[in-house]
Amino acid sequence: MAAAEGTELRPLAPGPGVPVVRPRRQRTSSWPLIDRIGYGLCWATGLALCAIAIAIVLYMLVKGIGYLKPSLFVESPAPAVKQDEAGGFFDPIIGTFILTGLGILIAAPVGVAIAAWLSEYARPRALARAVESAIEMIGGVPSVVLAIFGLLVFSQGVLGFLSQRAANGAVYGRSFFAAGVIMAVLALPLIVGSVREGLAQVPDHMREAAYALGKTRASCIRHVLLPAIRPNVASGIVLGMGRIIGDTAIVTILIGVTLQNEAVGNVPIIGNLRGTGSTLTSYVYTNSPAGEGGAPQKAYAAAFVLLMIVLLLNAIVTRLSSDTKPLGRAAFAGRLRMIGRSLPWTQ
Amino acid sequence: MDPMMPPPVRRIVVEREPYVAPPTGQNGDGGTATLAPAPGAASAPRLRRPATNVRERMRVESVWLAYGDRWVVRDVSLPVRQGEVLALIGASGSGKTTLLRSLNRLTEVTAGAARAGRITLDGEEIHELEVNQLRRRVSMVFQQPNPFPMSILDNVAYALAEHPKHGRRRRRRTPELEATAADALRRAGLYDEVADDLNRPALRLSGGQQQRLCIARALAAQPEVLLLDEPCSALDPISTATIEELIVGLRESVAVVIVTHNLQQAQRVADHVAFMHLGELVEYGSSEQIFERPTMQRTRDYISGAFG
Amino acid sequence: MKTVRTDQRVERMLGALAVALLVLIGAMVVTVFLKGWASFSHNGLSWFGPGGDVDEQLRAMQQATPLPGHSPYYFRAWPLIWGTLVTTVLAVVLALIVSTLAAIFLTEFAPAPMRRTLDPVIRLLAAVPSVVYGLIGILAIAPWINSNLISNGRKASVGYVVQLNGADLATATVILAVMITPIMVALISAALASVPPSWHEGSIALGVNRWRTIVRVSLRTARPAIIAATVLATARALGEAIMLAMVSGGRGFAANPLDGITFLFEPVRPLAATIVQNSEGLTIPVLAHTIYAIAAVLLVSAALLSFAGWAAKQPLKRYGIRA
Repeated sequence: MAAAEGTELRPLAPGPGVPVVRPRRQRTSSWPLIDRIGYGLCWATGLALCAIAIAIVLYMLVKGIGYLKPSLFVESPAPAVKQDEAGGFFDPIIGTFILTGLGILIAAPVGVAIAAWLSEYARPRALARAVESAIEMIGGVPSVVLAIFGLLVFSQGVLGFLSQRAANGAVYGRSFFAAGVIMAVLALPLIVGSVREGLAQVPDHMREAAYALGKTRASCIRHVLLPAIRPNVASGIVLGMGRIIGDTAIVTILIGVTLQNEAVGNVPIIGNLRGTGSTLTSYVYTNSPAGEGGAPQKAYAAAFVLLMIVLLLNAIVTRLSSDTKPLGRAAFAGRLRMIGRSLPWTQ
Repeated sequence: MDPMMPPPVRRIVVEREPYVAPPTGQNGDGGTATLAPAPGAASAPRLRRPATNVRERMRVESVWLAYGDRWVVRDVSLPVRQGEVLALIGASGSGKTTLLRSLNRLTEVTAGAARAGRITLDGEEIHELEVNQLRRRVSMVFQQPNPFPMSILDNVAYALAEHPKHGRRRRRRTPELEATAADALRRAGLYDEVADDLNRPALRLSGGQQQRLCIARALAAQPEVLLLDEPCSALDPISTATIEELIVGLRESVAVVIVTHNLQQAQRVADHVAFMHLGELVEYGSSEQIFERPTMQRTRDYISGAFG
Repeated sequence: MKTVRTDQRVERMLGALAVALLVLIGAMVVTVFLKGWASFSHNGLSWFGPGGDVDEQLRAMQQATPLPGHSPYYFRAWPLIWGTLVTTVLAVVLALIVSTLAAIFLTEFAPAPMRRTLDPVIRLLAAVPSVVYGLIGILAIAPWINSNLISNGRKASVGYVVQLNGADLATATVILAVMITPIMVALISAALASVPPSWHEGSIALGVNRWRTIVRVSLRTARPAIIAATVLATARALGEAIMLAMVSGGRGFAANPLDGITFLFEPVRPLAATIVQNSEGLTIPVLAHTIYAIAAVLLVSAALLSFAGWAAKQPLKRYGIRA
C-alpha cells in the first residue's frame, strides 16, 4: 500500500503480547454479608416462582389431558352412577360462549362510548371525576357483590321477561340475560381503561388536523380516533372476555348450578337467554368436592379446556399490545386522506 | 493510486511523537500561567491562578478500551495530578468520555467491555482494588444533573450513609453526617442557598443548583480524584460560570479531570489539556501550549474550528 | 349551526350514558346498604363481635326458626371477619415479600433469556381463573396437607370442636398468595424497570454496590407502584369468593391462634365465600338482609382500601416520585 510522506501506520488493536481483559459484570464476593443474603434470596425467590409456575401448568396439563376425551366436547352433562362414563361438557361450553358474547356485546359499545366521553369531553369536570371513580370502584368491588345486586334487580317484577316467572308471580331472576348484564358491568373497567389509554396515546396533532379540516368533535372521534386505536379496543375487549370467562361467582349466583342449559319458552334464541344453564367455570365448581362433587376427572378436563381458552386469549392480548405503535407519517397521511374523503357526508 | 487497490487503513497522519514536554514560559515569564492571553490565541479570559503543590495521583499507561470488538480508546497514556485541572477535549466519538469512565471502572458496567493497559491510583492498579472503594476515591459527576428523589441532606450524605463502617451502616442522621454534608455543600458553593432547609426535596432545585448538589454529593466522601463529564452542557451561562469557578477552587484538594467539548471552557479552567481524536491521544500539554502553540496539524484544525 | 348541534347532541348522549352508569353504581351501593341495614340495626355493633356458631345462626335464618332467646336477625360475624382478616393479611404479606424479591430478580439479576421467558409466564399465571386454583387446591394440595402435615394427634386435639381435613387456613393463604403474586410481580417489575437509569448509574458511580442501589434508589422510586400493587392484590384477595369457598374449609370457625401451629390447619370461611355459599337463601328476607350486610362490609373495606392506598402515596409525591 502506498503511504504518504512522513506517516506511519497506527495499530488498530493492541499487539499480541498485550493482555486483554473482559471483566465479568458482577462480583458479589466483595459485598457485605447482608447484601449477599439479599442477592441470594432474590435468586431463590425468582427460581421458586419459575418452579411454581411450571408446576401449575404441568400439573393441569397432565391431569387435564389425562382425562380429556373428544366425546366430552359433544355430549351434554348427564347424571350417572359412574361419573366418568357419562356426559360431557357440551352445554357448559355453549354456555360460556353465550355468556361471554352477551357480556361483550353490551360492554364494548358502552365502554368505548364512556371512554370517549371521559377522554374527549369530560364536562362538567365533577361528573367526569365521579364517573372515573365509579369505574375504578367497579374494578375493585368483589364480583359477589355485583352478583347479588344483579339478582335483586332482575328479581323485580318488571324484568320478569328477562328470566322465568314462577306460578305465584315471583320472578326467578336467574338467567343468561341477567348474568350477561352483570358480566358486562364486570368487563367495563377493563375496556374503558384500555380505550382511554389508547386515546391518550393518540398525538394531539391528529385531533388538531381533523378540527382544522372542519370536523366536529363527534366525527373526529368516529372517523379519526377510533380507527386509530383499534388495537387498544381489541385488547380491551379480549381482556374483558378473559375476565368474564374466568368468573365463577356471578355464574353460580345468577345462572344457578344446573348443569344443562334449559331454555324458557319457545322462542329459539331468546328462550335460551332467558333460561339457565352452566358455563365451564360453574361446571368445574359443581363437579369438584366443593359443589355436588363426584366427578373430579371431568372437572380436571373442563378446567384444562378453560385454561387453554384463557391462555389463548392472553396470547392474543400480548400480540395485540405489541402491535400498537405510534402512527408513522405514511399512515397519518392515509388517515388524512380518509378524513378528506368523508368530509361532505359528516357536516 | 491504482483504483483496484483497497484504501489504506491508517487513520491519523502523524508528524511527530504525540507527547510534548511542558513548555517554558512565554516572554521569559518562567511561570505556567499568565493572566494576559498571548496574541493570536482565542480570547477567553483565564480564571486560573498559578497551580501550586502539584503531585501525581493517577497514571494512565498505554490504555486500550473496547466495546465489543470496536476499540474506542487506543493506546492512551496520561498523568492525572492533584493541584491541577486536566481537560479532555475532542470531537464526538473521540473516546474521551470512555476514557473518563474507565478511570473509575464505570466501563465495566456495560456488557462486552474490554480493556488493556494499566491505570494506577497512587501507584496501585485500580483493577486490583475493590471496585466500590475505588469509586469512593474517584467520584464522578455526570452531564445531566441526577439528584436522587430524596431530600438534599439525604442526597449529599448518600455515599457516607452507605459506607459500611465496621459492618454497620450509618443511616441515621447523626450530627457528624450532617456536619460532613454541610462541609461538602460549602465546598460545592451551594450551602448558602440551601442552608435554611436541608430537608427540602432535591428535585425542586434549579438545574444549576442540582448540578452543584451532585458535585457536593461526589465530594462528600472526600475523594482523591473528581471526574466531570461535560458538567455544564445542560446549564445556562450563569450556572456554568459558577461551576467553573468552583472547579478551579477545588483543584487544590482534589485532582480534577473534566471532559468538555466547549473549547473556551477548557481554556478557562484547565491547566493541562489532552486532545483526543478517534480514540487516540493526539496531543497533550499545558493549556497555553495547546491553545496558543499546538504542534500537531490536527490539533490546530480542531482548535481553529475546521472540524468538530 | 348544524355541526355544533350534532356535536352537542352527541356530547349529551354520551354524558347521559355516563350518568346512567353512575346512577347504576350509586344504586348498587345504596341498595346494598339499605337492605343490609335491617341486620345491622337489629344487632348493633355486636354484629361484628363473637357469639356462637355462625353456621348455626345462618341455618336458623334459612329455616326461619330463630335460635332460642334471640331475634330472628341474630348474627355474630366475628368468625367470618377473623377468617377474612387472617387469610387476607397473611396472603398479602407473603405475596408482597415474594413479589418484591421476584420483581427485583426479574429486572436486575436475571439473565436476559430467562427474563424473556419469565415475562409471558408471569402474565399467563395472572390470567388463570380462580376456579382452576381452587380445583388444584382442593384436589391436590388439601389432601397432601391432610396426609402429611396434619397428624392424628393434632386432629384429636381439636376434634371436639372441629374436624381438620386439609381444607384450612394454610391452604387458603398459600393458594391466595400464589394467586395474587403474578399481578404484583408484573406491576412492581414494570415500576422497577422505569426507574431513570441516570439515578441508577449515579448511585453506582458513588461506590454503592448494586444491591444497596436497588434498595435505596430503585425500591424507593417504585414505592408508589408497590403500594398500588398491594392495594390491588388486597382488593382481589378480599373479593375472592370461589377459590376460598373451595379450599378454606367451609366452616364458619374462628381459627384460634392460641392453638399454636394447629391454628394454621383449622378451617375458616371468609366473608365473600360466605355470600357464595348462602346465595340460594336470598329469597328468605332475614337471610337476605344478613347477606347484604356482609356485602356492605365488603364494599366499605374495598373503599377504605382504595383510600388507604391513595393516602400512602401522597408523601412520596413531594420527593418527585410519581406513580
